[in-house]
Amino acid sequence: MSTIIKAYGDTLNDGKVQLSFALPAPADAFGKEAARILILSMGFEDAEITCMRELGEGFTHFIAYAVSQVGVDTSKIKVKVVETPVMDMEATEKYVEEYIGRQLTIVGACIESDAHTVGIDAIMNMKGYNHRYGLERYSCFNTINMGAQVPSEELLARAREEKADVILVSQVVTQKNIHIQNLTRLVELAEAEGLRDKMLFICGGPRISHELAIELGYDAGFGTGSYSTDVASYIAITLAQK
Amino acid sequence: MLKLDLDQALVSRARAAAKSITHGFNWLFDGYSSVSIERTVLRLMGIDGATEDGKPYPNLIVENLQNEHALGKGAAFWVANAMLAKDKDAQDIAELVAAGELELTALPAGDKAEIFELLNRLSDKALRYISCQREKREALFAKYGARRKPAIYVIVATGNIYEDAVQAKAAASEGADIIAVIRSTAQSLLDYVPYGATTVGFGGTYATQENFRIMREALDEVSEKEGRYISLTNYASGLCMPEIAVMGALERLDLMLNDAMYGILFRDINPKRTLLDQYFSRMINAFAGIEIQTGEDNYLTTSDAVEKAYTVTASQLLNESFALLSGVKPDKMGLGHAYEIDPEMENSFSYELAHALLTRALFPEAPVKYMPPTKYASGNIFKTHLMDAMFNFVGQLTGQGVQLLGMMTEAIHTPHLVDRSLAIENAKYLFTAVKDLGESLELAPDSFIQKRAISVLNEATQYLEKIAAEGLFSAMAKGDFAEIKRPENGGKGLDGVFKREADYYNPFMQNMKKELGI
Repeated sequence: MSTIIKAYGDTLNDGKVQLSFALPAPADAFGKEAARILILSMGFEDAEITCMRELGEGFTHFIAYAVSQVGVDTSKIKVKVVETPVMDMEATEKYVEEYIGRQLTIVGACIESDAHTVGIDAIMNMKGYNHRYGLERYSCFNTINMGAQVPSEELLARAREEKADVILVSQVVTQKNIHIQNLTRLVELAEAEGLRDKMLFICGGPRISHELAIELGYDAGFGTGSYSTDVASYIAITLAQK
Repeated sequence: MLKLDLDQALVSRARAAAKSITHGFNWLFDGYSSVSIERTVLRLMGIDGATEDGKPYPNLIVENLQNEHALGKGAAFWVANAMLAKDKDAQDIAELVAAGELELTALPAGDKAEIFELLNRLSDKALRYISCQREKREALFAKYGARRKPAIYVIVATGNIYEDAVQAKAAASEGADIIAVIRSTAQSLLDYVPYGATTVGFGGTYATQENFRIMREALDEVSEKEGRYISLTNYASGLCMPEIAVMGALERLDLMLNDAMYGILFRDINPKRTLLDQYFSRMINAFAGIEIQTGEDNYLTTSDAVEKAYTVTASQLLNESFALLSGVKPDKMGLGHAYEIDPEMENSFSYELAHALLTRALFPEAPVKYMPPTKYASGNIFKTHLMDAMFNFVGQLTGQGVQLLGMMTEAIHTPHLVDRSLAIENAKYLFTAVKDLGESLELAPDSFIQKRAISVLNEATQYLEKIAAEGLFSAMAKGDFAEIKRPENGGKGLDGVFKREADYYNPFMQNMKKELGI
């Protein structure tokens, strides 16, 4: 059986794709043709503009369906994901007690320009998020949540002072890839200060994947849909293995 | 008619508790000032601009006076004294100080009567200008007609004010009534207001006077084209509340985000600093006819929206009570709440409806600010769009004042042009479809919605009474608000709070109080 798959509308390999985008073009026959040609230039076939909405100031929104003959070979796909199993709070506490035998110190912060603590709070705050307690509640962790807009230097200084086992960084604002700049800066400073290999570096946020985290020089990354239990289990198992 | 039947005795009890909390701060409001209040005074005297390395002149002067331990008299006195001694205007004095050619405290103190006379003249001039802006807004509303209710509120957040202006005009032409220019996230903790236009910002642009001016000009242009007055809003929050409020007053912003306690709880700004700054900033807003908006939605983004619903009601009552102390009238109080209940929960819509009706019943005159789903907005843009429709349904059905439109890409990025347009289309559809539906409906007595609203009000009342007994600062220090502990002498900006000396003088505050009747 072929391992190549294509986009699916209602028939296998029909290649049907929904598209939606704006153009700085008028909502008329000219604009519509511009949109159609653009879609064809992207490599699609059978482009059909199903909706054209004027957006004001000379812009138009196009909704279209088109067919893509491009397929992907599933036998050649490799993804990096956090592979440690997920345990609940009690199991993690027992695991740490049994395999590490001491409290682990976690210093968390939302770094640099980012003022949005919603991510770090969801993971760390006592209360947690969506029926999963935050790391503060775990008896096996000594947690310090430094809050928002923490300069990388301060986070590292605190981690050094507390002899942290783990640094947990959140980045919510991603405009113009500011999160990449901030995360890179932290890891570069950590390397310069000789801290990088002394602790686990974990980052999280809506636009962060494990793969991106590895690429930036972190040990792990947690994106949308991750909970405190994911982070806690990863920390416990990874540090036990070290 | 769809409305709640509330026990008015319980409502009065809740209000009385809120009042006893906020009325305990006269020692602070009358006995202290802050560096940000003094910088605001300097701006009102006509000082603007910054040094080559970006330090605003108002900061430079206030820091100099603070270093000389001379700020206790208020910055106005020293600058007026120098103006008389040198026969120059305030801006010239600031430039001389910046050039190192003048030390304000080194000049001999001039005749007090002359100084007061000059300051009152400057105050009259500044307040007259702000009044003109207020009258201009009123005239434009009279010409084009009142704002729609709920008003359609959308954000622009490109990070480039000129790009923001293009997007704002596009949004207005599609039906937006209010444009919010999202502020760079880092600004709340800056103890100065940056100078000039922003073209490269992260997560927004800075709130600067020049950015305000550029945006107001763009919106005036599109207002004329659309035959509808398009309102502008920004954030008078963080460490510079009154300074930003005054810039908004000068550049005719129409609304400003201004919460009495947000800075303390969610930005870790010192409690005394925040309460002082909100007091004067709201006075400026009140004088300028600017509608304030409060940030109760923040209580629900990290806590459960059902369990903690009472904290929203309690905060609304506190915000109302603090606002009255600053002279803000009920019809300019955009008290906040949000549609943040887990959409998977059974009857989530009934809970939302109960909470929305409660806010309307408690604050019938307020142009209530209703915030969209954000916590459960996800990468599934189709579902988020549907949740936004339910939110718009409640907004129209219950007659909220300002509907902050949800974006289907809320969880992904700052809105693209298309996202905003689809959000406006969604709102207009629902607003039209259920326009007068509320008139045909009423709640069954003892219905779930009726009982739920009363139970939230009960919890809020008990909570406020507990805080009233404990004292606001003590309750904050213990973590009674938003589960965050904020001690009275902790947080950022405490070093910018100082005790007024007996001869402290702030002509603007004094004259605004007189005109506002407070």
